Amino acid sequence: MNYFFGGAAADDPISQFKIKSLLDIDIGGLQLDFTNSTFWMIVGVLLIITFFTMAANRKALVPGRLQSLGELSYTFIADMIRGISGEEGLKFFPLVFTLFFFVLFANMIGMLPFAFTTTSHIAVTATLALMVIFIVIGYGFYKNGFGFLKLFVPSGVPLALIPAIFLIEVISFLARPLTLSLRLFANMLAGHIALKLFAGFAVMLIGSGGVVFIPVAALSFLTGTALNGLEFLVSAVQAFVFAILTVIYLNDALHPSH
Amino acid sequence: MEGDIALGMKYIGAGLACFGMIGAAIGVGNIFGNFLDGALRNPSAAPQQTGNLFVGAAFAEALGLFAFLVALLLLFAV
Repeated sequence: MNYFFGGAAADDPISQFKIKSLLDIDIGGLQLDFTNSTFWMIVGVLLIITFFTMAANRKALVPGRLQSLGELSYTFIADMIRGISGEEGLKFFPLVFTLFFFVLFANMIGMLPFAFTTTSHIAVTATLALMVIFIVIGYGFYKNGFGFLKLFVPSGVPLALIPAIFLIEVISFLARPLTLSLRLFANMLAGHIALKLFAGFAVMLIGSGGVVFIPVAALSFLTGTALNGLEFLVSAVQAFVFAILTVIYLNDALHPSH
Repeated sequence: MEGDIALGMKYIGAGLACFGMIGAAIGVGNIFGNFLDGALRNPSAAPQQTGNLFVGAAFAEALGLFAFLVALLLLFAV
């Protein structure tokens, strides 16, 4: 079982992030293994599809519990997009909706014991962030042509300052995919290391046999439990932050002049 | 001998990197404190600003996480 699920049996706090191959696939020297990360990503996607299929299944005029939850999540994302970039931004609704729920489910599945947190790997979050930034650049040039470059030159800047401002704005634009991916990755990584540290410390103290250590072990265990609650909050907030920053960046492509 | 000193320095560096969290803590505290300050003065305007609140907190927190990343890089990558 441990082979299949995350590294719950291992002792040090880092080994829970280890990627294990479940099925070796090799296509022309290209390593495309089916890993535990792939497995839990597929579980997340299937859960999302099941949830929304069931929520949209009945289409009752007076929604039931599941249907209201589905409608709530729909209006939540739609209102967020409308608030930032207006009705025009709603064409990106499917993208933002998918990103939000993919990240949310990946984070939440990571909170289950024995499960693997796919978003705790920079490869996964960087892929998502790069996808967002390439869509911003591509759509920005497609919609505005070279007017998209106005994004890097704020209006009302003195002519002499434009080269310097342009450089700063370009660098800050290029840092966006970096911070977008690092934020999610580092949050999940740090949170899960902290959970494992506090739980592992309690086990270690009790294992050392000293009766005096039992209150300390209990304290460590309680702190770990409290951190678990905090980590649930962080999981939801980080998914929200990822989605809202995506909308803010897409808004730059829609309305480049600021 | 030289390797031991380098290893020790690595751990000291990782520990020093944790000071970056001070800045992140001040930043996040500032954001939530000021939000509460404003929200209690004008509670009706508060719900529209929760989005901004979390974005601001995320920006401040990300910089603290970079300090954590530096510590991780020192411990495992250097």
